[in-house]
Amino acid sequence: MKKQLLASAVALSLASTSAFAESGSGSYKFDDQGEHQFIMFKISHLGYSWLYGRFNEFTGEFNYNAESPEASSVSVSIDTDSVDSNHAERDKHLRSEDFLFVDEFPQATFTSKRIVLDDDNGEAEIIGDLTLRGVTREVTLEAELLGHGDDPWGGYRMGFEAETELRLADFGIPMNLGPASEKVEMIISVEGVRQ
Amino acid sequence: MELRSTHSRYGLAQIAMHWLVAITVFGLFFLGDYMVDLGYYDPWYRSAPHVHKSIGLLLLLLMVVRLVWRWLNPAPAPLASHRQWEVKLAHIAHAVLYLLIFTGLVSGYLISTADGSSIAVFDWFEVPSVTGQVKQLEELAGKVHRWCAWSLVGLAVLHALAAIKHHVVDRDETLRRMLGLSAR
Repeated sequence: MKKQLLASAVALSLASTSAFAESGSGSYKFDDQGEHQFIMFKISHLGYSWLYGRFNEFTGEFNYNAESPEASSVSVSIDTDSVDSNHAERDKHLRSEDFLFVDEFPQATFTSKRIVLDDDNGEAEIIGDLTLRGVTREVTLEAELLGHGDDPWGGYRMGFEAETELRLADFGIPMNLGPASEKVEMIISVEGVRQ
Repeated sequence: MELRSTHSRYGLAQIAMHWLVAITVFGLFFLGDYMVDLGYYDPWYRSAPHVHKSIGLLLLLLMVVRLVWRWLNPAPAPLASHRQWEVKLAHIAHAVLYLLIFTGLVSGYLISTADGSSIAVFDWFEVPSVTGQVKQLEELAGKVHRWCAWSLVGLAVLHALAAIKHHVVDRDETLRRMLGLSAR
């Protein structure tokens, strides 16, 4: 057991140092067919617990430049009405004018503008414009390349996970959920298939 | 007064159900309109929808009883003084009122049960979901519910104005019949 743990720790550290490696250049499309893609959010409920939800429908693509990863780019487009917090009444409320106002703003988009590498831990900051509920603001995603390589079916895949924190009021979301719930954490975890 | 209706007058049961439904429909409308604007920290934020849903499902039950009772009883004939087009229009209005009440109630039920969960009626009993989880059903049901509620209240106001017109202008028995009063 101990040996196994050690082995996986070594494997993990190897994987993270090999992030942003010299191979894997190309343009990738998110695997929205096989649904190896997730946009999750979490927000505090009253300061007592976490509420998790997700967006079920979105597409995206990225260009990975192995020679200079900071020249890579990514764009994502989300159908806001696909919000899903596992509770129909709440989802209906989230789609309403109090939150996402999906009738008026059916799409949320993110387009990267520049990427800053943090070579020490194999992570990167992806800075770009997020448009949500009709408001466009610059946000920074803390991204990590999780892995890449041939898949068993003749394709080539690369996966990332990125996080950021948004203040609801910054995007014009009027609902007041209380002082503990002014910010929401977004997590995007995706696998791209090289085209 | 007789419980059952006759060909000439409404019985107590139909009169009572008519007014109970009328009060409940308006009560649900105003409660519904009020509850969707409550702040998250309002003490009524959770209880107002609970009461709205509970009363709504009880009203659905009452409406089924009312409809069955209507079929089991003779329909009081229209007043002789009513013109043909008035009778026809009143029948259409009544049919649409029934349709809007049922559609409004069922669509409301479908909002809350669209994720497969049941609705607790005052914690007395639970009404299960019949649809199970259906993606975004709550959106469609919600739009139908809102549309029905406003149409129903609008038509009910017209219905009431028509009754008052018969009472005050025509001075006939239309409203008195539904109040269980004897002919004047």
